[in-house]
Amino acid sequence: MRELTCITCPNGCLLQVDETEGGIRVTGNACPRGETFAIAELTHPMRTICSTARTTYPETPVVPVRVSGEIPKERIFDVMKEINNIVLDRRVKRGDVLIPDVLGLGVDVIVTSDILTRKLCCH
Amino acid sequence: MPDYDVLVIGGGPAGLSAAISAKKEGSRVLLLEREERLGGILKQCIHDGFGLLRFGEKLSGPEYVERFEEEFHELHIEYEVLTFVTDIRKQEGVFLITAVNQKGVQNYQTRTIILATGCRERTAKQVSIHGTRPAGVFTAGTAQHFVNLLGEMPAKKCVILGSGDIGLIMARRLTLEGAKVEGVYEVKPEPSGLTRNLVQCLEDYGIPLYLSHTVTRVFGVGRLTAVEIAKVDDAMRPIPGTERKVECDTLILSVGLIPENEMAESLGVSLDAHTKGPVCDNLFMTDVDGVFSCGNALHVNDLVDYVSESGELAGKAAAGFQKTWRTRGRSVPLDADASLQYLVPQRLNLDYGTDKVVLYFRNKETLPQGILHIEADGKTVFEKKYRNLKPPEMERLEMDFGKFHLNGASKIRVSIRKGGDAK
Repeated sequence: MRELTCITCPNGCLLQVDETEGGIRVTGNACPRGETFAIAELTHPMRTICSTARTTYPETPVVPVRVSGEIPKERIFDVMKEINNIVLDRRVKRGDVLIPDVLGLGVDVIVTSDILTRKLCCH
Repeated sequence: MPDYDVLVIGGGPAGLSAAISAKKEGSRVLLLEREERLGGILKQCIHDGFGLLRFGEKLSGPEYVERFEEEFHELHIEYEVLTFVTDIRKQEGVFLITAVNQKGVQNYQTRTIILATGCRERTAKQVSIHGTRPAGVFTAGTAQHFVNLLGEMPAKKCVILGSGDIGLIMARRLTLEGAKVEGVYEVKPEPSGLTRNLVQCLEDYGIPLYLSHTVTRVFGVGRLTAVEIAKVDDAMRPIPGTERKVECDTLILSVGLIPENEMAESLGVSLDAHTKGPVCDNLFMTDVDGVFSCGNALHVNDLVDYVSESGELAGKAAAGFQKTWRTRGRSVPLDADASLQYLVPQRLNLDYGTDKVVLYFRNKETLPQGILHIEADGKTVFEKKYRNLKPPEMERLEMDFGKFHLNGASKIRVSIRKGGDAK
């Protein structure tokens, strides 16, 4: 039996996971997402990542980005490399796609702030 | 002099929610923010996990707070940025506020004030580390500002002191950007951040966590070159002979947050020694009539969803106070016994809002199973079982106190008892 902390939500349920011939048995979860998490964790762990992308604008040198869905845990640093190759020279908005289907993983790298398009009221 | 019903100080998630809800109640609202942009600390919290409770989505900090900014602007709420409040005084039931900004000295008059000033990080000077004073010692929030807003890396090889959430988040962030995080050292025998952050920020990246350890000395002249680590005893004193020198160019401190309440204190608001925030009632009003408090200025929350909720409730209450009640009503203390680290609110207003009271509490010790127990005038009126109660993880509970037939002499006591077969 293995113990895992579910990271799906802030509850952080302590899960007990039993691997038997019939499959994976999960207890300790307060909701069905705990079971989904535990099974993924034992078979193919998935994560999201958030980072920043460089721009050519001196007053906003970076904008926050994230992946639009989960990626395999072992591909985190590969996706980071792709994000670090971006240099933005256009004023993107929140939700804009910077890299569609990054590395063929089925998720996009998206912008998570309107910082480049918002006007400051005093300028 | 411009005249307002509700003046909100602070434009982070608490202040934005407070202003929005007061405006929706029909109040004339003004919000003052000292930084250039609204959004508070969430501007630099680019990691996700915000808004799970409120929106059922895993948003990054900017995505979460920009939703509130949009609503704030749609409601055409007046606001000033780069504006610093220098003085507040109360005269004949009205608050006179002096602030400075690029346009000069500003004076405002308001019937109520909502303090949404957030919290501040504890610094190196507050944790007494021996040695030289080299560059390379940052609070986690400062490091986060460098990386996430300025796009500059403050570290190549770093040590993190303290296992607060921002420290854990920065351990992951710096690792993703190519720095080596040697370890996270926590003086207490238990981690202070959320368990899910220990998993997704440290375990995922193989970053070790050392409990009952602290940094006792820093080395380096121009720049930090190493730190000395020692084990600590039960009283958190370094144990001689356990010292170990770790080479690093950066020391990041995640050693606690303290609500910012200089303005509250200048108004004569009483503070709670446990929360370090104002003593307030279920309407988020402090012991000074017309002064409300919410968000991390009131007590340090671990989820922004609760910060927004408290802002919303405080905004609604402030609007109601200046419009309809005008008096504070009768109230009784909500006594939390020694099993709780703290309980917010500290008082219960018997005349307004008793039917839906939101309680926020933290228990003092980790309990696999515990029962929250509320007693009114010697009788048990409510019990609730909890699993995995941990001091770093705040609990929220909505209660209807209206049904307990309380009066001005009622005594309410809240405690957490061990045990119970919680399922």
